[in-house]
Amino acid sequence: MQFTETAPAKVEGIQKSPSGIAGFDEITGGGLPTGRPSLVCGGPGCGKTLFAMQFLVNGAVQFDEPGVFMSFEENVDELTKNVASLGFDLADLVERRRIAMDTVVVERSEIEETGEYDLEGLFIRLDFAIRSIGAKRVVLDTIESLFSGLNNQAILRAELRRLFRWLKDKGVTVVITGEKGEGTLTRQGLEEYVSDCVIFLDHRVNEQVSTRRLRIVKYRGSSHGTNEYPFVIDRRGLEVLPVTSLHLQHPASTERISSGIERLDAMLGGQGYFRGSSILLSGVAGTGKSSIAAHLVDAACARGERCVYLSMEESPDQIVRNMSSIGLDLQRWTDSGLLHFHSSRPTLFGLEMHLVTVYRLVQELQPDVVVIDPLSNLINVGSLHEVTTTLLRLVDFLKSRQITALFTVLTSSADSPDETNLGVSSLMDVWILLRNLELNGERNRGLYVLKSRGMSHSNQIREFVMTDRGIQLLDVYLGPQGMLTGSARLTQEMQDRAEDLARSEELESMQRKLERRRLAFEAQIASLRAELQTEEEEVRKLIAQASRREQKTVETRAALARNRSADSPDGEGKW
Amino acid sequence: MVTLDTKRWNLRLYVAGQTPKSIAALANLRKICDEHMKGQYEVEVIDLMESPHLAQKDQIVAIPTLVRQLPEPLKRIIGDLSNTERVLIGLDLQPRA
Repeated sequence: MQFTETAPAKVEGIQKSPSGIAGFDEITGGGLPTGRPSLVCGGPGCGKTLFAMQFLVNGAVQFDEPGVFMSFEENVDELTKNVASLGFDLADLVERRRIAMDTVVVERSEIEETGEYDLEGLFIRLDFAIRSIGAKRVVLDTIESLFSGLNNQAILRAELRRLFRWLKDKGVTVVITGEKGEGTLTRQGLEEYVSDCVIFLDHRVNEQVSTRRLRIVKYRGSSHGTNEYPFVIDRRGLEVLPVTSLHLQHPASTERISSGIERLDAMLGGQGYFRGSSILLSGVAGTGKSSIAAHLVDAACARGERCVYLSMEESPDQIVRNMSSIGLDLQRWTDSGLLHFHSSRPTLFGLEMHLVTVYRLVQELQPDVVVIDPLSNLINVGSLHEVTTTLLRLVDFLKSRQITALFTVLTSSADSPDETNLGVSSLMDVWILLRNLELNGERNRGLYVLKSRGMSHSNQIREFVMTDRGIQLLDVYLGPQGMLTGSARLTQEMQDRAEDLARSEELESMQRKLERRRLAFEAQIASLRAELQTEEEEVRKLIAQASRREQKTVETRAALARNRSADSPDGEGKW
Repeated sequence: MVTLDTKRWNLRLYVAGQTPKSIAALANLRKICDEHMKGQYEVEVIDLMESPHLAQKDQIVAIPTLVRQLPEPLKRIIGDLSNTERVLIGLDLQPRA
């Protein structure tokens, strides 16, 4: 037996038709399988019809693929009205022959079954509609309704099988919706017929907060995420939240931006944060998280950058007012349009909605800086796991867009302050910890940089105060007992000053003493010198006298000699 | 018993080409009409292969479909009409059992 090894043939992945539904095309790697039927199923109100409609309208408007909407439940009027609220003008699309609509009514009460039949009528309608506008996409919503209108299940099943094969042969991309059954994906087991792609939509209410989830049950010939993806339905339709990065490829900027607090920049390698980094500010209540965040915003706006400030606790007015008390005028930035506040109660929506809000704001405003204050409030909305994965998505999203994001997290004082109960710290590039330093019956604010990726940063705990000119980091006072803060620091500083003063006074007095001694010595030297001089003079006088006397003696002797006619002393004679 | 003499039946049979089911339906319909509505009926046969746009307009799903236009109310009888009893019930020619 012979084996020949052949290189695996270059398999071309199946073609996909983009749905235009934000996020969905990302998780499916391009959309629904082109030319094949896909089943979208779920319970009542899960958004099946909307999904199908968006797929169709987006195809017609964005991708030049006209579509046929065949409804088995709602009539054209109802559908048109329902989707008008999402900004779809179905009537216009029908008018322009981008979309064809057909409502199939099967009224059991007016139908009598009298023998063999088939659903050729449906085929003809569909075929006619497809050909009339050159449709590339078809939606059947919800074809299962036929089961309630017609009795002969055997015929129905055989015909449905034929229908899906026929649609495949037609090469149209089909979305079939189906209602969830007990323990099955669809009541009538449509998933048996549609085996290429099955998408399950789920709508559940957990502790009064509704969440929607989308799961790709199967996608033949394509890799896909198998997770449940949260999605939302709002005024812009259905939107699937992006994936927890399948890849970690966001660019890393080397540009640095100021934190707005000069001496904090100094702690961060002297230049502040990296642009596009995620910053976590954690601390217990009242440690100044929002204020530090506001500084970043103020600095960014001053550079002419756009900022979005999402507040989960305070109204914009309140923030502006509070920040003005530390000398930050945020009002001028909101006035100039650089700063956008968005306040909402975390419990108002599900977690996904918050995430979507951020996405929307980011997409609309294209900000350079986003602040979420505080992130920890979101935990009230979902379970820890949900929150963590959602935040992961959020951080990823902002990072991928090179947006500098600052999150504040409220930690409970009972916990170790180094722990955020959200499990997000590992996602963050910079983590600044704010803490209360309680000592000697008072509380002072301190901060330190717990981590800061990609830069050398200070390891000091710094005390800071809020002044009317903003946050000021104080000099570090490291006394013999460690770091001193607040009045202890002040006392120590005063003590130090007093000691310094005393020391300098002592020195001065010593100097003065020396001077006096010097003067005294100099006086002494002067008097000694004077004494010496007097002595000298006396001696000189004596010497002079003595010499004069000698002279005299010589002269006298000479005179005597002459008198005695003695020989000159220079002559041969002797005296 | 309803007197049928004053009534006129206006019927339409929708088919799609000359399929065995269509042919059977047409034959069955002739027989029923001749037996039960003699001289009082009008039958129009519509081949949707030729005029497909009528399928949507007249809400045709199954083939063959017999539609009773008149008398009101509108009735749809689907299938090859081989079950004469059910056809008669559908056309209100025989009360429901």
